[in-house]
Amino acid sequence: MFEVYHPVKGELFEVIDNKGNIINQEWFPEIDDSTVLKAYKDMLFARTVDLMIVSYQRQGRIYTYPPNYGQEAVSQAVASQVDVENDWVVPAFRELPLYLAKGAQLRDVFLMYMGDEKGASWSESKRMLPISVPIATQLPHAVGLGYALKMDKEKHVVYAFVGDGGTSTGDFHEAMNFAQVWKVPVVFIVQNNQFAISVPFNTQSGADTIAVKAMGYGMKGIRVDGNDFFAMYSAVRDASDYAREGSGPVLIEAVTYRKGAHTTSDDPYKYRTKEEEEEWDKKDPLKRLKYYLMERELWNNKDEELLLKTFKKEIDQAFLDTENSMSYELNEVFDHLYADQLGDLIRQKKRYKEFMEWKAKRQESVQNK
Amino acid sequence: MKIMNIVKSINNALDLMLRENNKVVVYGEDVGVEGGVFRVTEDLQKKHGVERVFDSPLAESTIVGSAIGMAIAGYRPVVEIQFSGFAYPALDQIISHMARMRNRTRGKFTSPVVVRMPYGGGINALEMHSESMEAFYAHTPGLKVVIPSTPYDAKGLLISAIESDDPIIFMEPKRIYRAIKQEVPEEKYAIPIGKAKVLKKGNDVTMIAYGAMIRECQKAIVMAEKEGVDVELIDLRTIYPLDKETIADSIKKTGRVVFVAEEPTSFGVGSEIMALANEEAFLSLEAPPKRVTGFDTIVPYPQGEHFYMQTPEKILFELLETARF
Ligand SMILES: Cc1ncc(C[n+]2csc(CCOP(=O)(O)OP(=O)(O)O)c2C)c(N)n1
Ligand SMILES: [Mg+2]
Repeated sequence: MFEVYHPVKGELFEVIDNKGNIINQEWFPEIDDSTVLKAYKDMLFARTVDLMIVSYQRQGRIYTYPPNYGQEAVSQAVASQVDVENDWVVPAFRELPLYLAKGAQLRDVFLMYMGDEKGASWSESKRMLPISVPIATQLPHAVGLGYALKMDKEKHVVYAFVGDGGTSTGDFHEAMNFAQVWKVPVVFIVQNNQFAISVPFNTQSGADTIAVKAMGYGMKGIRVDGNDFFAMYSAVRDASDYAREGSGPVLIEAVTYRKGAHTTSDDPYKYRTKEEEEEWDKKDPLKRLKYYLMERELWNNKDEELLLKTFKKEIDQAFLDTENSMSYELNEVFDHLYADQLGDLIRQKKRYKEFMEWKAKRQESVQNK
Repeated sequence: MKIMNIVKSINNALDLMLRENNKVVVYGEDVGVEGGVFRVTEDLQKKHGVERVFDSPLAESTIVGSAIGMAIAGYRPVVEIQFSGFAYPALDQIISHMARMRNRTRGKFTSPVVVRMPYGGGINALEMHSESMEAFYAHTPGLKVVIPSTPYDAKGLLISAIESDDPIIFMEPKRIYRAIKQEVPEEKYAIPIGKAKVLKKGNDVTMIAYGAMIRECQKAIVMAEKEGVDVELIDLRTIYPLDKETIADSIKKTGRVVFVAEEPTSFGVGSEIMALANEEAFLSLEAPPKRVTGFDTIVPYPQGEHFYMQTPEKILFELLETARF
């Protein structure tokens, strides 16, 4: 695959068109209908979660949130194949379907964006790092995880994510270089969603594609239609096989589009047009997969309606449960910073408690007056 | 005069300086088309063109590093780091080059760069968006560190920063970006770097703060007045070089000092103030100098942030103890 779709050719690897028709039979992945259907349902779930979080945010029940919708197929292609016990996932911060597949509970996702660290470590997941807020700084960790897998003779893979903006950083360059020099089993996936906040890719880079950067490191690379679930699935399959066999890392550029705002604090119309959004809407990953499934009578609108109803109920319930059971104790600020309890921290905590007691007494005396 | 908040007054200062000096350039992530995520550089690209106000690729190290190059070549770059928590990739450039170029070349080359960065907590943000790490810039020889607390000061200090022949870390208290409005002259004026300002005279306790904490202190001071405590409030405005004279004079007068900041307590700006109180006003002290500062912890996510932040009540609690010691 990496020879046929060699990055210097600048070609985009696609398997289905916008209407879900197979246009590239040769590279259509070996995948059974039930896996495809499950993938679609998971993507639909992730999108529903995403849109509902945005609406909770509008109601003031969530703080700043970076929506993922439009990019689901990129994460889902990994989610459908990842070995949740053994493979490592190193996210950026726009990989919602993957968190959910890898063992994040809805509660974790909500807590994270309600501002509680207890949501940050993905409770049920052994091998997924927390999201990385400083852009691209997670990539060197992926290299180290890959090195450890290699040392431990584990035939597993690290999936590491970054955005198009992140490819401008020194850490991106350094991680690519190390990964290839050390031949670690890392699949780097760049979600090229066309923007880094307001900055379009052509302001970010002078290169025509991101995939072509792999060449500079002596690395395999491929440019994939990130809104085409099957293309992404194939590319991830080949890349992870390649990495798992010990041949080295692979760089996948997933060409996609952030349909929503950068975060809930962003106004995309400062830097892009409705027309552009409508053009990309035709390539929506869920729409394309749905066409594919409907054509084969594996799915219909009625199924979707029913499923969406269940999803919404489940998500709303989980959200209410999270809201109703939230708590944040003073100890949590202090207890996880060091392996042991430092005197400074013990004293600062104690002082804070004294303040709380003083405050309570003061309020009491004000009320008694 | 025009009513401005801090966002507007900084925008106004940049606008004036871009107009007056064609060597001034302004850039950073999302600075051009969007006008910055906080809109501080709004419309500047429209007014001054894409060659002088522009979006950079996402890489703090080269944002600062390229500014050093431009500065060596005679330009006056004012670069924006989107949040102070993302300045860390640029620390190598800041510490190893920006701060050292003049000394290294015995004055042949200099790097009069202004690095602007919003800092501080209290905005319910994600991780890395709330810290106050001014101390490590102040601790770096070769840098000056400026933090305004009002729209008027922000403009005057930024103009001085751009005109300064030394590199400046200009930290903006984002929590009060839009919270304070004030009459600000539309013409150019400068406020000297290295001069603190006594915001309120008082006899019992000297309170020292800067940035967003000034407002919290003012609220605490009103409460303290009801308890019969008369506080003198000093706004540092410049962290380094510290206006030792103003601070020492005040402490000598009151004999008591309370320092308030969002930074972690240990090894901070506050530690310097404590040292100054002892070194310069030891014989006048009537109470141990006190810090009301953050825990030595990571700033908690929003649900836990209230534990960390200095509130008027927390300030009052500590202030009364010092006043009644
Ligand atoms: C080191 C660093 N600099 C700046 C930021 C602020 N910031 C958050 S997201 C973002 C854009 C990221 O763009 P990209 O890598 O394309 O990812 P996307 O948001 O498009 O998924 C920026 C500049 C940051 N988080 N980290
Ligand atoms: Mg992007």
